Amino acid sequence: MFKQRTYILEILTAVGLLAAPFVLPYLDFSPDTVNRILVWGLFGLGFDILFGITGLLSFGQSAFFGTGGFFAAYLLTQMGFPHVTGALLIGMVVAAVVGWLIGLIALQRTGIYFAMITVAISEVFFFVEFNPLSAYTGGENGLPGVPTPSIDLGFFSYSFGTGWSLYWYLAFWYFIGMVLALRIVRSPVGAVLSAIRDNPLRAAAVGHNIHSYKLTAFVIAAAYAGFAGGLLGVMQAFMPPDAFMFETSGQLVMQTAIGGAGTLFGPLVGATVWLYLSDFFQTTLHLGATWKLVLGVIFVLLVCFLRRGIVGGLIDLYRLTRYGRNKHEAPEAIPDNDDDSEIGSSAAPASVGSAVAQGSDVILQTTGISKRYGGLVANDNIDFTVKRGELRGVIGPNGAGKSTFFKMLTCEIHPTSGKIEFEGQDITGYSVTEVCQLGLTKSYQVNQLFNRLTVRDNVVIAALAQKRGPFKLDLLTDMSKVEGLDKRVDETLALVHLTKRADRLVSDLAYGEKRRLEIGLALATSPSLLLLDEPLAGMSPRERVETVKLLKSIARGRTMIVIDHDMDAIFELAEKITVLREGSVLVEGTPEEIKNNEAVQEAYLGGMHEEVH
Amino acid sequence: MINWGNFVSQLFNGLVLGALLALISSGLTIIYGTLGVLNLAHGALFMLGGFAGWMAYTYTGSFILAVIAGSLFVMVVGFIVERVIIRYFYDRPHEDQLLVTFGLGIVFVEGARFFFGSLSKIVPAPAGLGGILNLGFMFYPAYRVALLGIVVVALVALYIVLYRTRIGMIVRAGIEDSVMVDALGIDVYKVFMLVFGIGAMAAGFAGIVNAPVVSITPDVGEAYLVQTFVVVVIGGVGSFPGAVLGGLIAGEIISITSMINPGYSYVMLFVAMTLVLVLRPYGLLGTAGRD
Repeated sequence: MFKQRTYILEILTAVGLLAAPFVLPYLDFSPDTVNRILVWGLFGLGFDILFGITGLLSFGQSAFFGTGGFFAAYLLTQMGFPHVTGALLIGMVVAAVVGWLIGLIALQRTGIYFAMITVAISEVFFFVEFNPLSAYTGGENGLPGVPTPSIDLGFFSYSFGTGWSLYWYLAFWYFIGMVLALRIVRSPVGAVLSAIRDNPLRAAAVGHNIHSYKLTAFVIAAAYAGFAGGLLGVMQAFMPPDAFMFETSGQLVMQTAIGGAGTLFGPLVGATVWLYLSDFFQTTLHLGATWKLVLGVIFVLLVCFLRRGIVGGLIDLYRLTRYGRNKHEAPEAIPDNDDDSEIGSSAAPASVGSAVAQGSDVILQTTGISKRYGGLVANDNIDFTVKRGELRGVIGPNGAGKSTFFKMLTCEIHPTSGKIEFEGQDITGYSVTEVCQLGLTKSYQVNQLFNRLTVRDNVVIAALAQKRGPFKLDLLTDMSKVEGLDKRVDETLALVHLTKRADRLVSDLAYGEKRRLEIGLALATSPSLLLLDEPLAGMSPRERVETVKLLKSIARGRTMIVIDHDMDAIFELAEKITVLREGSVLVEGTPEEIKNNEAVQEAYLGGMHEEVH
Repeated sequence: MINWGNFVSQLFNGLVLGALLALISSGLTIIYGTLGVLNLAHGALFMLGGFAGWMAYTYTGSFILAVIAGSLFVMVVGFIVERVIIRYFYDRPHEDQLLVTFGLGIVFVEGARFFFGSLSKIVPAPAGLGGILNLGFMFYPAYRVALLGIVVVALVALYIVLYRTRIGMIVRAGIEDSVMVDALGIDVYKVFMLVFGIGAMAAGFAGIVNAPVVSITPDVGEAYLVQTFVVVVIGGVGSFPGAVLGGLIAGEIISITSMINPGYSYVMLFVAMTLVLVLRPYGLLGTAGRD
């Protein structure tokens, strides 16, 4: 999905735009309708990056549409600014800056809060335009007299008029907008944005600063909106105040959903359907204002039954006819081979993602960490040290505080007291993203994958965090330009035996394969310390045996800590075992010592004893 | 410049508006808290309550019947919407829930426009409450005083239902953990339907009792929806006391700013919301972990 070096979509867009003036008049499209579709389509391109790609549903886009539009229109009509395209670009920059400021507020929260905040923003901007700023915006009259653009290249000059003449100007900008949007979506940033849509928690956990990426998407959407707003003024020779209305945001959302969110072409298709139907209902069927009722009903039905919209539906149909429903292939088995050395050499070089031993011998050390929830003590004063290259097992009866302990190590939660040092650095109070960037990550007890992406793209996203750091604005860089990315991804896939399944969607995988991918995501960030939270959870006996083998091969050259309930597996894997009970360390030792320790037997039997009652 | 009588009367206006917003917001917030669905059609339900009440008033001439008709009609609409549409969206992403309730809101608004036209409809205050009340230090419309009383009674009733009855206990348990409630052998779907109906009724009730103050048009709900969102962000999602506190704060901000310059009332509202988001991201009385 992220790798696409052909320019089919760009070429199709260009051909479509060139052909439109010759075809559409036969379908009863007036040039004004077509121009309007392009403005809405361009407006929607940015919104689709925000909503369809990143998963942030904003009802506040009218704020930026209006801001950019009015700024450009004010420059052109009131300040005597001579250059139309220049004014549009300035309006776009202003909208982007406003978008950045508003984004800082709106992105304080996610989910429904974000939606509510954006609704409020949309309304606030409308009132500001109408009252405090009416001297500049003309209040309810808007700004009339926006000129049309002209080109003067010295040897060639042309003034755009209205109708089909203006079409070429709009089509040019739509094309530029589409090319840029496609590049953004195919860039590493685009990959991270779609990861945020699928699973923000994991996107942050593999080391991406998701807040900055969300803000980036918000600013991109604002910039597109601002430019499109300017074009609206140019197209109508008048900047209308309803650009700022909540209804404008609503119409954009509906058009995008009708056309198909996340497809980039959705907004254009949605705008076409919307404007065509509104013309048809009003002029042909004489429905008057009722057309909105009809569109509302169509919209609700569409959300209920065709959730990916028109373009999304077509893509699904294409996939279905091309690939069929062959979801279930035999899962790729782990080579049945007891000779460990051979697995190491045949599967992948053991160096993948392992850190070269450097510096001090101790990689992780906690001093007296505790976690209290009110009166409940989940972890009490734990001292814990792991040496470089070690494979440590952590066991304990249910409720011993193992998961809490792991969450503190990866900084998902912060200890109430105590200190955590990783590679000699105090990481207490760091974020998950920061510690992952430092080289400490975990695989989750319950799979945290990017379910709507392919296996390969999942690994790509994790590897990108390690290759590019927590945040980088390489918006227009092709994925293939990220150095060493493909190699890292291939090696990781080979290591977890998912090479043959690389192009399947995660949702098509068998459970055991998903568990391996879960480990693969952690590996792809090339951790110097890897934590595995119950890697065997929910597996069949056969899968367990295979996975233990896999873990052994991964362990070579790495430092790992494994929690599991499967005692036999832990005894087989770990060199040293820490037993937790009731939130504190009961005992530490080699598997042999632990097996024969009376306190441990007591802890487990005691646990069983309690369960019986 | 500032006239004290005017100021006090604006404070009182703020109180009335605040109580109304608190009622609408608690409807929104119990639906979200229990079902996990943010109902973007909530403003449209407020409007439907107004029109249904107006119809009843036109036929019977009784204000009380209008209030009953408005509330019951919207409750039934709530039941139907939950049963026929919302129920199939619990397992779908938040965006889909937002889209479908947004679409429903449009269908309601445009449907009302289709049946009733865009002209505003007036339901006069009931006999005896139409005049001006002399409070000693100021004159104030009698109905607004009554409205405050009516809304406070409704809020108390809602509070009692939520906190003092068996069904309320189930609803609050559902807000905490609906899976567990289901496991205890309670039919959560019935609870969900009931909650959606009650939440919708709160909006419909507000819509009709407010009709003597603000006349009814198909678009009347939109402004209240926006203000309700601000209330919920300020107060904290899923919190009944938060909805009341947020409502009062928002009501006073709007009223007092309107006295100085109406154009800035939304700006001040937005400033307040931003402050809360920066200082207490989960709302004044909200708790973490509800996104």
